Amino acid sequence: MPDLGPVWLTAHLAAVTTVVLLLIGTPLAWWLARTRARSKAVVEAVTALPLVLPPTVLGFYLLILLSPAAPLGGWWVSVTGETLTFSFTGLVVASVIYSLPFAVQPLQSAFESIGSGPVEAAASLGASPLDAFFSVVVPLAGRGFLTAAVLTFAHTLGEFGVVLMVGGNIPGETRVVSIAIYEHVETLRYAEAHVLAGGMLAVSFLVLLLVYGVNRRSPLHVG
Amino acid sequence: MSAERLDIRVEVSLDGFRLDVDESLALDGVTAVFGPSGGGKSTLLRTVAGLTRPDAGRIRFGDALWFDADRRVDVPAHRRPVGFLFQDARLFPHLDVAGNLDFAARRAAPGARVDRHGVVDALDLSALLSRRVSTLSGGERQRVALGRTLLRGPRLLLLDEPLTGLDRVRKAEILPYLEQLPAQFDVPTLYVSHDVDEVAALAHRMLVLADGRVQCHDRADVVVAQLGLEPSAGGYGAGSLLEGAVVDHDARLRLTRVDVGGDLLTLPHLARFPVGAAVRLRVRARDVALGLERPRGISIRNVLPGTLEEIVGHPDTGAADVWIRLRGARLQARLTVAAVEDLGLEPGMDVFALIKSVSFDRAD
Repeated sequence: MPDLGPVWLTAHLAAVTTVVLLLIGTPLAWWLARTRARSKAVVEAVTALPLVLPPTVLGFYLLILLSPAAPLGGWWVSVTGETLTFSFTGLVVASVIYSLPFAVQPLQSAFESIGSGPVEAAASLGASPLDAFFSVVVPLAGRGFLTAAVLTFAHTLGEFGVVLMVGGNIPGETRVVSIAIYEHVETLRYAEAHVLAGGMLAVSFLVLLLVYGVNRRSPLHVG
Repeated sequence: MSAERLDIRVEVSLDGFRLDVDESLALDGVTAVFGPSGGGKSTLLRTVAGLTRPDAGRIRFGDALWFDADRRVDVPAHRRPVGFLFQDARLFPHLDVAGNLDFAARRAAPGARVDRHGVVDALDLSALLSRRVSTLSGGERQRVALGRTLLRGPRLLLLDEPLTGLDRVRKAEILPYLEQLPAQFDVPTLYVSHDVDEVAALAHRMLVLADGRVQCHDRADVVVAQLGLEPSAGGYGAGSLLEGAVVDHDARLRLTRVDVGGDLLTLPHLARFPVGAAVRLRVRARDVALGLERPRGISIRNVLPGTLEEIVGHPDTGAADVWIRLRGARLQARLTVAAVEDLGLEPGMDVFALIKSVSFDRAD
């Protein structure tokens, strides 16, 4: 029986990342869907960067940004006494950035397809913007939220390069499934690699099946 | 009826279009905002509702200042006590009909709650309450949207072409509801339309808007009488609105006589109105013919003597608009230029107006 530690750690990381990204991605996607500001294109491009950048590039910059010598990393050390690099928290930060487009884009396209009509109707019925968002937009964008959550979760599961750069390979802290598989293969322990790789394949397939099954009736364009 | 006024002075620039309005509207009954598509009617309504922000100007509703560009006042849409009925209804698809109504009722200001049963009854919504929004017909959607808007407890109703896009049958289905609302719920109403028939049926006053500017703003009957000349109405629906009072009913012949400024008009039975009730009648210009003598042996019942006041020919169409001064009203007739020349019609002549049909418009 292989060590299941990496499996729980990966699930934990993906779950935390998904929650954080829905909290950050929702207002960002709402702003992108509604704004007519010129800065929209810039923000959209930055949001989509993780789609095209090699994970090593992203990981390299994150490693520098999060290191105790950098302002952000140093501030974190002074507040918590722990480093962001080679820690679970650092992995969450890296994953949030790495998976950002997978949360923002489905939400943005869901918000855009709702349009301003229902929001104006809600306002004309006395609903404040926040009220209108939760009582009208969120229910209407339900599938967008599901797609965003599932894709973020799945994409975080499959993370490798960024984790390797920022988190390394510390059992129970940063040793996620993809890293564990890499190590098993390096050390020629194919049986254990098979179990983890097969599991990843099955989970990833099921997750995508869920997304496409849900979107079958009215497709959302993702990625 | 309230004596409040809605003062609108707004300038809006949108995609090359410019709206520039400075009007004070009396807030009782129905004011139609009338004009051709693209004339700025909806934009004007949206600025009042707070859905479109004007570039400059001021909007004051009674004592409440809703917008003032100079003083940086802009009350957000959800804090303005207006009910906005959108052309496309905009019901919430994730809620059923009852859910849509409750959405509005829950957010009504405490002092402005409207009796839910009253609204449901007035609009015949009880059979629809559990229906999903997607299963409603166009007319049903607008009825539900209207009910939802009323339940918000508005002090001003803004109706943005609620009948546009519905076919004649659906229009006829919803128009009676619209007619009775202002009186029943006592909410002043701005009604946007480019259909002169709708406007004539509903409005007390009319504001005609074209190319982003107010062309005229007056009593509905006065504006409608002029409309045959206005390009915005296309001439087709031109006609006269006549104010009158019920004189008597003839139950056997199923007729009602109405006194219009001293002239008697005979109409199909209007038994629901008591003798003395004020009513408004509508006569289409093309339903009026002229004779130089009182004709005999014809089926037309309504023949009224009058004086010819004005003739306006339209050489391009061969049509001529003629205005006749009756005892207490002015009547428009749509003739042909050929007929005007044949009869030698000139202003000042005594004529007889032959009215082929009079339709009841509404009670006052």
